[in-house]
Amino acid sequence: MEGMEILNALAVFSNYVLVPALTYGSQLALGALGVTLIYGVLRFSNFAHGDTMAFGTMVVILFTWLFQSWGISFGPLPTALLALPFGILVCIALVLLSDKFVYRFYRRKKAAPVIFMIASMGVMFVMNGLVRFIISPKDIQFRDGERFIIKAREFKQMFGLDEGVAIKVTQGITVVIAIVVVIALFWFLNRTRTGKSMRAFSDNEDLALLSGINPDKVVMITWMIAAALATIAGTLYGLDKSFKAFTYFMLLLPIFASAIVGGLGSPLGAIAGGYLIAFTEIMLTYAYKKVAEYMVPGDEWEADSLMQLLSTDYKFAVSFMILLLVLLFRPTGIFKGKSV
Amino acid sequence: MSFLTAENMTGGYGAADILHDCTITAEEGEIAVIVGPNGAGKSTAMKAVFGMLDIHTGSVKLDGEDITKLSPQARVAKGMAFVPQTNNVFPTISVEENLEMGAFLREDDISKTMEQVYELFPILKDKRRQNAGELSGGQRQQVAVGRALMTQPKLLMLDEPTAGVSPIVMDELFDRIIEVARSGISILMVEQNARQALNIADKGYVLVQGRNKFTDTGEALLANPEVRKSFLGG
Repeated sequence: MEGMEILNALAVFSNYVLVPALTYGSQLALGALGVTLIYGVLRFSNFAHGDTMAFGTMVVILFTWLFQSWGISFGPLPTALLALPFGILVCIALVLLSDKFVYRFYRRKKAAPVIFMIASMGVMFVMNGLVRFIISPKDIQFRDGERFIIKAREFKQMFGLDEGVAIKVTQGITVVIAIVVVIALFWFLNRTRTGKSMRAFSDNEDLALLSGINPDKVVMITWMIAAALATIAGTLYGLDKSFKAFTYFMLLLPIFASAIVGGLGSPLGAIAGGYLIAFTEIMLTYAYKKVAEYMVPGDEWEADSLMQLLSTDYKFAVSFMILLLVLLFRPTGIFKGKSV
Repeated sequence: MSFLTAENMTGGYGAADILHDCTITAEEGEIAVIVGPNGAGKSTAMKAVFGMLDIHTGSVKLDGEDITKLSPQARVAKGMAFVPQTNNVFPTISVEENLEMGAFLREDDISKTMEQVYELFPILKDKRRQNAGELSGGQRQQVAVGRALMTQPKLLMLDEPTAGVSPIVMDELFDRIIEVARSGISILMVEQNARQALNIADKGYVLVQGRNKFTDTGEALLANPEVRKSFLGG
């Protein structure tokens, strides 16, 4: 049956590319939104963002363990979702402290962005050390509750296909939370007075000051939002894969790539960039053997290679390549952010 | 006593003074214009009035109150509004949001003031959903002036409002500025287009090297042969 073959190919593609890339893209987008907001308002590339994600996630894990020890669970959903608000609050507190003790000093001195960036690397190392010290540098699984929304077997039975699409609970949660968070963020930025003043401040700092916009308040709110986004993105990533301090540090590259590709300072760009990086990364490193075999008519043909463009080891090279291409040909990114 | 009295201002950015004993005043509902050659300290004088520059002697009084020590932000709260020469709009937010941000300090209903700005600059009403950065130079100047008017200032300061706009747009802008002055707002303006600016000015200041060279009504300055010869091209 010809039609079935194509549907099977589509199922394989969805299972291994579409669903994982949507999930990963949502996580990158949330991370990149934080980076892009900090860049827009505070005008520097925050290298500590990956480790802010790690710190927030760590607090979420600690609260998850505490809740589990009390016998509290969230039914089929991960307990970590209950712990998330606490993680966000503690992460906000830490980030505000880092602003009070590090960044504010440089703001007073009107330091150049590159100095802020290097200061943020210092903050990155401190946060990284803090996380490793408190929760260990090991790989940690903290997901509980149901594992699947739809299992591959159920999918096959439901649609009578040879191939199934499995959707994990964590994948569903990631996409749903990302959509809710993005809607809330855009509502805040476009509809509230404080959100508008943030955009105005990002647009033209001097004129914002002339208009009576309080820079301290704008900076504080930006940090709070960035910390919340970082904790959410980190927790979703950790639930979906696992938590490890080093992995979160490494996430900095695809997250920055996403923010820059979309256009630094542009929230819409960060989202588009996140999905673009996730899809290219996964599509370029996926082995298309099975998809191809379903797509080619006739039963006998068998691919004699994995049909994989790049080994998954080169995953990070993909973000780097996209980053380079964008910087060479469209330095302000897809959505015309600030040039870097 | 004038509404704005900036007396004997001496000061500059660093060690060297740019302004020397410079005095600028503006009456309620009148237009005062500062003209002079390049580098005469016109913009500097205006920045000194607005508190963006330290003056070590002299004073600035608004409506009888000494505001010499106040920050620019505090002066905005006292009823001053400043339109910088460049970067005077928020480019990636809409025209309407630009106006809203202008009124950021106000807690009361701003819709009436916004309606007045739209009456003054009807084109802005049509473009209110568009980003200010996408507008033409002249329209952007209108947004900039509109933004400043949103605080309901008593003194509006304009730093070369017609820089880089066509002569037709310039005339149009000057007409609007006269209209603003008629509503009772004092205007202090620095202008490159000296002749046209003095034409609408109630009072003119010719600055040379940071000093008051001539001070008179706009009409008298235009008629003054020395001013004509040196600064207005004959």
